[in-house]
Amino acid sequence: MARMSVREAISQALREEMYRDERVFIMGEEIGKWGGTYAVTRGFLDEFGEKRVRDTPIAESVIVGAAIGAAIAGLRPVAELMTINFAFLALDQIVNHAAKMHYMFNGQIKVPLVIRTVGGGGRQLGATHSQTPDVIFAHFPGLKVVAPGTPADAKGLLKAAIRDEDPVFFIEHATLYQAKGEVPDDEDFLVPIGVSDVKRAGGDVTIVSYSKMLQVALEAAEKLAGEGIQAEVVDLRTLRPLDIGPVIDSVKKTNRVVVVEEGWRSFGVGAEVASRVAELAFDYLDAPVRRVAQAEVPLPYNQRLEQLALPQTADVINAVKDVLYLK
Amino acid sequence: MTRELTDSELLELYRQMALIRRFEEKSAELYAEGKIGGFLHLYIGEEAIAVGACKALGQQDHLLTAYRDHGWAIARGLDAGQVMAELLGKATGVSGGKGGSMHLASAAHHYWGGHAIVGGHLPLATGVGLAIRYNAGAEAVLCVLGEGTTNIGYFHESLNLAALWKLPVVFLVENNQYGMGTEVGRASSLTNIYEKGCAYGIENQQFNGQDVAEVYQAMSGALDYARREGPVLLEAITYRYVGHSMGDPERYRTREEIEQWRERDPLCRVEDKMNAEGAASVELFANIQAEVAAEVDEIVAFAENSSEPEDVALWEHIYVNPIGDRRAEA
Repeated sequence: MARMSVREAISQALREEMYRDERVFIMGEEIGKWGGTYAVTRGFLDEFGEKRVRDTPIAESVIVGAAIGAAIAGLRPVAELMTINFAFLALDQIVNHAAKMHYMFNGQIKVPLVIRTVGGGGRQLGATHSQTPDVIFAHFPGLKVVAPGTPADAKGLLKAAIRDEDPVFFIEHATLYQAKGEVPDDEDFLVPIGVSDVKRAGGDVTIVSYSKMLQVALEAAEKLAGEGIQAEVVDLRTLRPLDIGPVIDSVKKTNRVVVVEEGWRSFGVGAEVASRVAELAFDYLDAPVRRVAQAEVPLPYNQRLEQLALPQTADVINAVKDVLYLK
Repeated sequence: MTRELTDSELLELYRQMALIRRFEEKSAELYAEGKIGGFLHLYIGEEAIAVGACKALGQQDHLLTAYRDHGWAIARGLDAGQVMAELLGKATGVSGGKGGSMHLASAAHHYWGGHAIVGGHLPLATGVGLAIRYNAGAEAVLCVLGEGTTNIGYFHESLNLAALWKLPVVFLVENNQYGMGTEVGRASSLTNIYEKGCAYGIENQQFNGQDVAEVYQAMSGALDYARREGPVLLEAITYRYVGHSMGDPERYRTREEIEQWRERDPLCRVEDKMNAEGAASVELFANIQAEVAAEVDEIVAFAENSSEPEDVALWEHIYVNPIGDRRAEA
C-alpha cells in the first residue's frame, strides 16, 4: 500500500498500462507539452514520446472519433476530454458510434476505448463549466460509465477500463484530485467495473452515492455516528451497468435509503436507484426514499450561491433524519 | 500503381456494375412488397465509383462509407446474398439482421461500416489511419462520403487532423448533386467540392465518376499518394437516377435532368467503348445482363429463405465483456 492522491493514482494507472501494453496510447487537448490541465499526464511526453502521447487540436468530436477508429483497428486508445462539459461536442461519436458499433454490426467490430473526462462543480467556473451530467452518458446501452470516489478505486477502475474490450466513459471529479488514500502497489491491481462497494457499514440507514458525493456522504456518516446513528454508505462506482445488489442487501437491513448525487435530481441517479429499490425491496422500506441533489438551476458563479445549489454534508444529514423520522 | 485496365478487367468491372444495378432494382421491388423495412438508399447511377475504387483498393486496405452502401459492400467483395439478407433483416445478413440497409459491415473485408449519421464516419476513418501510422503499416483507408457531408463540422475536423498527422486516408466525395433534395449550390459555398482540400493543404482532384476506368485511375494514384505522404480529397462527379430513399417525391428536379444524366450512364459507357473498339459485342453484354439477372434471383431466394434472428439475438453483442445480469440492465 502507498498513500497517494487521486491525481497520482490515475497517473500511475495510465503509466503502468502504457508500459504493460504497447497498444495503449493517450490523446487529447494539452495532455503532452502542457502536461494535462489537471497535471495527470505531466512528464508523459518525455517518458513515452509523441507517438504515444498525442496533443490534439481543440476538436472534441474528432478526438473521440479518431480514438474509436484507432480502437476498431486494434489499438487501445485513452482519449481525454478536458471537461465533461465539452463531451457534448463529441456526444454523437460517443452515443452513435462507440456505444453502437459492437451491437449494430453483430459483434464483428469492437471498440476497446477509454474516454477520460472531468466533471463536477464547486470551483466558481460558471454554468457551462461546472456540470455533472453523468446520467446522460449512463443512459446508453453499449457504454460502460465509471466514476470513482477514492484513489484506490480511481487506479483500479482505470486499469480495468483500459484492459476492457468495451468503450468506457471514465468520469473524474475536478475537486477530488487532491483527495488522498491508500492504494495497493500491485501492478495488476484492478477494481472490477460494474461492482458497487460498501464503503462504510451501518445498520440504521443506507446512503447511496458515488464520486465526489461519496466523500460528502462519508463525512455525513461520521457526524451522524456522533449522534448515535449508524449509516451504511454504498458506493456505486459504476453507473452502467449498475450493480444494485449491494444497495438492495443494505436496504433489507436498514429499511431506509438516501441517495446523494451532485447532478440534478430530475431523471437522475437517485431516481434510478429509488425505482429499483421500489421494484426489488418495496416491502422492506419504512420510509420514502429521499434524494439529495443539485438545485435545479444552471450553477451560478457567485461562491455563496454556487455552494447553496450544491449538495452539502448538512443536506445529507437532514435527509437521513427525515427518513428516520427524527425531525 | 496506376496502369491501364485490360479488356477482361474492364468486362469484369462491367459485370460488377450490372450486378449492383440489378441488385438495387430488385431491392426496390422487395421494398415495395414490404419485405424490406426502414430506409432504403439505392446506388443506381453511381455504380462506377464503388466498382472502380474497390478495384484499386488492396485486400488489407480499409473502407468506411456512408449509408448508401449496398454497392460498396458488393464491390468490396462481401457476399451479395448476405447483403440482401441484411436488407431483409435475416440472421444470415452481414450484420445478423441487426444493422439493416444503412449498417452493412464485414471485419474480414476491413469494411468498417456503412454509417448513417452524416459525417460520423470521417473521424473513425481518420482514427483507422492513425492506427496504420502507429503500427508503421502499409495500408490505406478509403472514406466515402456525399457532397452534403463536406458542410458539416466532422469534415473539417477530420481533414485537419488527417493532414496534420499525415494519415493515409483518401476522402472520396461522391458528388451526386443533391443532399436529399437540396442541390449542391444551395448548401455549399464552394460547388467545386475538391477545392475544399486547399483549406487544409490536402492533395485534391475532381474526376468523372461515371467512367469506371477513370475512377480506378484516380483512386490508384490517390491510394499510392496517401500511403506515402498523407490524405487526399477526391471528388467524383456522379448522379443518382432514383430518389434519395424510397418514397422520395422528387419535386426538386426535372425528368429532363435525369434523362441527360442517363446519357452518361456508367454501364453504357463501357458498352459503347468496347463495342466501338471491337473488344466486345452487343451479345456479350446481353449475356452478362442475363447472367447477372439469374444471379440476383439466387441472391433474393437465399435471402428470402433465410431465417429470422432468434429472440436471444436481441441481447447479444451489447458488450464484448457483459457485466451483471440482464434483469438489472433491462
